[in-house]
Amino acid sequence: MNILIVGLNHKTAPIEVREKIAFAGPKLEEAINILKKSNTVKENIILSTCNRVEIYAGVSDMDSGIESIKDFLSEFHKVSRDLLDKSLYLHKGTEAIRHMYRVASSLDSMVVGEPQILGQLKDAYDTALKNKTTGVLLNKLMRKSVSVAKRIRTETRIAASAVSISFAAVELAKKIFGDLPSKSFMLLGAGEMAELAARNLINSGVKEVFITNRTIARAEELASEFHGKVVPFENFTNELLHTDIVICSTGAPHYILLKEQVHKTMKERKQKPMFIIDISVPRNIDPQINDLDNVYLYDVDSLQGIVDTNVQERAKEAEKAEQIVDEEIGSFLKWHASLAATPTVVALRNKAEEIRKAEFEKTVKKLGPMEEEKIRAIEYLTVSIVNKLIHPPTAALKSENNDKEAMLDVVRKLFQLDTEKGKDEET
Amino acid sequence: MQIEPNVLFFELALTFYFIATISGIVEIFRGKKNTSKVSLYLSIIGFVFHTVNIILRYIESGHIPVASMHEASSFFSWSILILFFIHEFKYKLGLLSSFIMPIVFLIMFSSSIFPREIKVLSPALQSYWFGIHVILAFLGDAAFAMACGIGVMYLIQERNVKSKHLSILFQKLPSLQTLDELNYHLITLGFPLLTLAMITGVIWANSAWGTYWRWDPKEVWSLITWIIYAIVLHLRLTVGWRGKKAAILSIIGFVFVIFTFFGVTLILKGKHVFM
Repeated sequence: MNILIVGLNHKTAPIEVREKIAFAGPKLEEAINILKKSNTVKENIILSTCNRVEIYAGVSDMDSGIESIKDFLSEFHKVSRDLLDKSLYLHKGTEAIRHMYRVASSLDSMVVGEPQILGQLKDAYDTALKNKTTGVLLNKLMRKSVSVAKRIRTETRIAASAVSISFAAVELAKKIFGDLPSKSFMLLGAGEMAELAARNLINSGVKEVFITNRTIARAEELASEFHGKVVPFENFTNELLHTDIVICSTGAPHYILLKEQVHKTMKERKQKPMFIIDISVPRNIDPQINDLDNVYLYDVDSLQGIVDTNVQERAKEAEKAEQIVDEEIGSFLKWHASLAATPTVVALRNKAEEIRKAEFEKTVKKLGPMEEEKIRAIEYLTVSIVNKLIHPPTAALKSENNDKEAMLDVVRKLFQLDTEKGKDEET
Repeated sequence: MQIEPNVLFFELALTFYFIATISGIVEIFRGKKNTSKVSLYLSIIGFVFHTVNIILRYIESGHIPVASMHEASSFFSWSILILFFIHEFKYKLGLLSSFIMPIVFLIMFSSSIFPREIKVLSPALQSYWFGIHVILAFLGDAAFAMACGIGVMYLIQERNVKSKHLSILFQKLPSLQTLDELNYHLITLGFPLLTLAMITGVIWANSAWGTYWRWDPKEVWSLITWIIYAIVLHLRLTVGWRGKKAAILSIIGFVFVIFTFFGVTLILKGKHVFM
């Protein structure tokens, strides 16, 4: 049996295609159960997220496996084979293992290092387990992938820092204020990026929200969305006294907040720190404000600078991660190879012969001097007992059988054929 | 030559503090996301040896071993460690050990330079007040030492955020607010301890020499240190000198603590107590 991955992601297919192929909610269970009935696809797991749809399969024959999965996709989603052939990628054998590891550890993600994919993969596996669509091969591969992903997370800094402007702002806020729930923030103006940053701050626990906007209707709209309080635009500077974080994005062509104003506010605040994020272009907040003690002013470029550094760092860390993936492929291949019948049968015979020989010699020694004929007879006895005992398992292993790999796995465990090579490294 | 057990334990403690300091400094520059606890564990081992050393000296001399510069500075670094462990386990701040252990090691190292024989306390010092006075003084100084280390951490983190260039340390160091609050908390702990130490010192001076205050250099410099921390607290509470200014002041304050401790004894040679 071999591993096959058929799938598409944000790199190979636009959203219009991805949404057609996606398996939403209950469709997923339906799909894996249909695939389960296939003759060539012995095991399957389907992962379906907004960025990718992938079918992980254990197939008895590669070519017919690919065909039946493609047929299935085209039938299930009512899409043409043409479209599928254009968008789908295939990974077989070793490359499939590599791809699986890379997906699990978020090396294949749109934002490298994003943490959600591992959880999504685990969910997909849980669904497969519940429906009993996996077997020894995919179980091992899936567990191994999770442990590889964890190893990469702890040994590299791949997910250590924010790679979007709004997250970088939240990360900075956390390093300035420690706990965010006791802090207040003001949204000055509106705009997509400012609102995103605001939403992230609120998700991180900030409770008190002030909204101010030249258009009062817009302010009220945002206030109801963020559960905030509307502050008249004319006197927003007064409200700065109670504001710890400011996100500013107005269309004003000039500075709306000057150094002297903030200087005065800081005195009244007894120097309680302020974090001001100016997303507007042209800038709305006097950059000199950053020179004041306990005031931290970031504009779009400085946030972007942080994001760029973080992205570069992730790329560097991703190289380390690829090395880990390479290493781990080896250990999976070793396990997979041991599942072939011949080495297992040989190992089983060797083990039996070893035991037989040792026990035979011990007995002969204990009995003392004896006629050659009798020794022969004893030896013959041991040989025939051992052969009779191991004949049925070796015969079964050699026969063509559906659960052969599961059986091989069990035999290796029952007879402890892998003990010298050390423990199974999966966790 | 036979090594006395208390000396052996002192050397062991000093060695472990040294390795803890080095591994703490390495930790600052190591590009890993998670802060390793190696430095902390090493300092705990050193602390155990150190404690044995102090107990042995206590048994031998019959009083708290702070009767010579060697003993006093050793006891000083031991007090810092007590506060360090309390804060480490309570707040679990990243990298705290990297900034506190160098201070602990340097004070311990200077202790190793001074003569180590056990002195007999002069009758004037054999007082009930002696123990109380020195324990208060050392705990107060230890709190100021911690405030100094945390002040340095604050300044580095502040530099990170202000300069908009975030180094690896940005991830590892605690938030500015946490550091600032701790700095304040330590000074509000150290100041009353120092105040009480001075009051008990005055009472004890009166019972030992018959005068409350003799303008001896140690007394004068202690008073200066006290005034500095009084100013730090005053500025913070009235005009809000927090953050960077408070961090710098707590470093300056500790320079005075160190001068009062070592400088006055070595340079100004006061009549004050032990030496």
